[in-house]
Amino acid sequence: MKLDKITAQKRTPKRTSLSHWLFLAPCLVMLIICAGWPLLRTVFFSFTDATLDNLQKTNFIGIDNFIALARDQEWWRAILNTFVIAAISVPLETFLGMIIALILHRNFKGRGLMRAIVLVPWTIPTIVSARMWAWMLNDVYGIVNELLLKASIIDAPIPWIASNNLSLVSIILVDVWKTTPYMALLLLAGLQSLPQDCFEAAQVDSIPFTKTLRKIILPLMKPTIAVAMIFRMLDAVRIFDLVYILSSGNSANATMSVYARKHLVDYNDVGYGSAAATVLLFLIAFLGIIYIPLNRKKLRELN
Amino acid sequence: MVVVENKWKYKRLLKNIVFCALCILVAACCLFPFYWATVSSLRGSADLFSTEIFPSRITLENYKYVFSDVAFGYSFLNSAIVATLTSLLTLAVCLLAAYPLARYKFTGRKRILMIALSVTTLPHVAVLSGMFEMIRIFNIYNEKSALILAYMIITVPFTLWVMTNFMNSIPKDIEEAAIIDGASQYTVLTKIFLPVLGPAIVTTGLLAFIAAWNEFLFALTFTLTNQARTVPVSLALFSGASQHELPYGLIMAASVIVTLPLVLLVIIFQRRIISGLTTGSVKG
Repeated sequence: MKLDKITAQKRTPKRTSLSHWLFLAPCLVMLIICAGWPLLRTVFFSFTDATLDNLQKTNFIGIDNFIALARDQEWWRAILNTFVIAAISVPLETFLGMIIALILHRNFKGRGLMRAIVLVPWTIPTIVSARMWAWMLNDVYGIVNELLLKASIIDAPIPWIASNNLSLVSIILVDVWKTTPYMALLLLAGLQSLPQDCFEAAQVDSIPFTKTLRKIILPLMKPTIAVAMIFRMLDAVRIFDLVYILSSGNSANATMSVYARKHLVDYNDVGYGSAAATVLLFLIAFLGIIYIPLNRKKLRELN
Repeated sequence: MVVVENKWKYKRLLKNIVFCALCILVAACCLFPFYWATVSSLRGSADLFSTEIFPSRITLENYKYVFSDVAFGYSFLNSAIVATLTSLLTLAVCLLAAYPLARYKFTGRKRILMIALSVTTLPHVAVLSGMFEMIRIFNIYNEKSALILAYMIITVPFTLWVMTNFMNSIPKDIEEAAIIDGASQYTVLTKIFLPVLGPAIVTTGLLAFIAAWNEFLFALTFTLTNQARTVPVSLALFSGASQHELPYGLIMAASVIVTLPLVLLVIIFQRRIISGLTTGSVKG
């Protein structure tokens, strides 16, 4: 198999690398225009007093923006919120995603249907999910409170969205609902790439499933779970849409992205907002340093 | 012996029941919010606050209103145009780029793939001000092209990865035969790869379409007027006379309208979408 690959590569005629770059050019130009350049500009703006109407003639003000950030209680609150959301929702999603992945991995009638059903929350636009849940969690007319009241779990309606702390809970709830399917698919792909005979052997020897899970599946799945969790963590830290809708402008529940955009656009302070965005950028870059090496393996696979 | 066998049977039956119950629970959790949105959208203003799980009366009043709303019509059209053009442009750019990445070894190849991967993790708010400036310079603020340009940061890196993976998995034989017969790289790509890549194109095109359809941050920032907004933005800004009087029936009807096409697409193409989603990130 390996030998085959080597000879195949040798047989491929060498092309000038110029034509490779010609093929790559449009894509690279796109990446530079949409990612590289704006990113550099944002970092640059974070050291200036730029405003939306005045992006060209800006004054360099050093690290004033960052000092102001460090002094703002709301910013620290936003950092805390971001981490609380990420730290709670990612493990929850992994746990629930694993259960769903195990269900989907089993061969049963209606597996295809089940897979389609599980994909539904992921498909629904985030704004729609936020609006749907806001309606369900409405303190007066919401179905959630109604059901909880009927089941006598609670005595009085709970202000899910209106109360600061609970609104964070609602954000996490909706995020988990929306993203667990994605996590489940990542973990399912991992399950499917495991040697399938170990599942079968365990089944034949009638070893209880929990034992198979603990002794075989989870240890083998460790790398997949780690990669999936970090991947999700990077995504969770930049959360914007859900928070924007569910916190309805309440700064006590803002996350770093929401805070940065609010200052950048709503308060017209591009310099300050860019500084906040830059901090978030470096934070994610730092998390990414952990993530990228884990992906080396994937890159090797491509070779 | 018989007793043992019976015990086995019961155990298996019990296991199956537990499994079924679990499946139903998961399905209910996944579907209920959408079901509830649909039910609420079918209620007249008089029954909106009723909490019957199965509605006794339904009306299309809300849908009639939403469809007759000009602003919503605009945003629906905008979303459709932006999402379609975004996915077409992404596909064109990435098909070209993925070909050398998947087929040839050259210096810089790994670096490009790593850069694409890191761009997928960028916080979008970190390109907001730079992008805003560029859109100003190109003079496309409040235009669909601004959104299409901005969405490239979301769709291109991801599509590039998935496409490279797909191309990589196509056997080399046919292509080599063509090259030996003197076909150019461009001919190989268009005449040999494109037909084989059908499924990959459907998958990545759909994922790009969904991403563009659902995007909110850029759409909120780079559009200003009702005529330019996309669906998520108008849904987010949709409000009644006051904060406490949100027209939930209408919002739910609009939500159902914008979600239904996506849900149908996903159900039809679920296999493809799953394979695309998982190549994009973890593949052991």
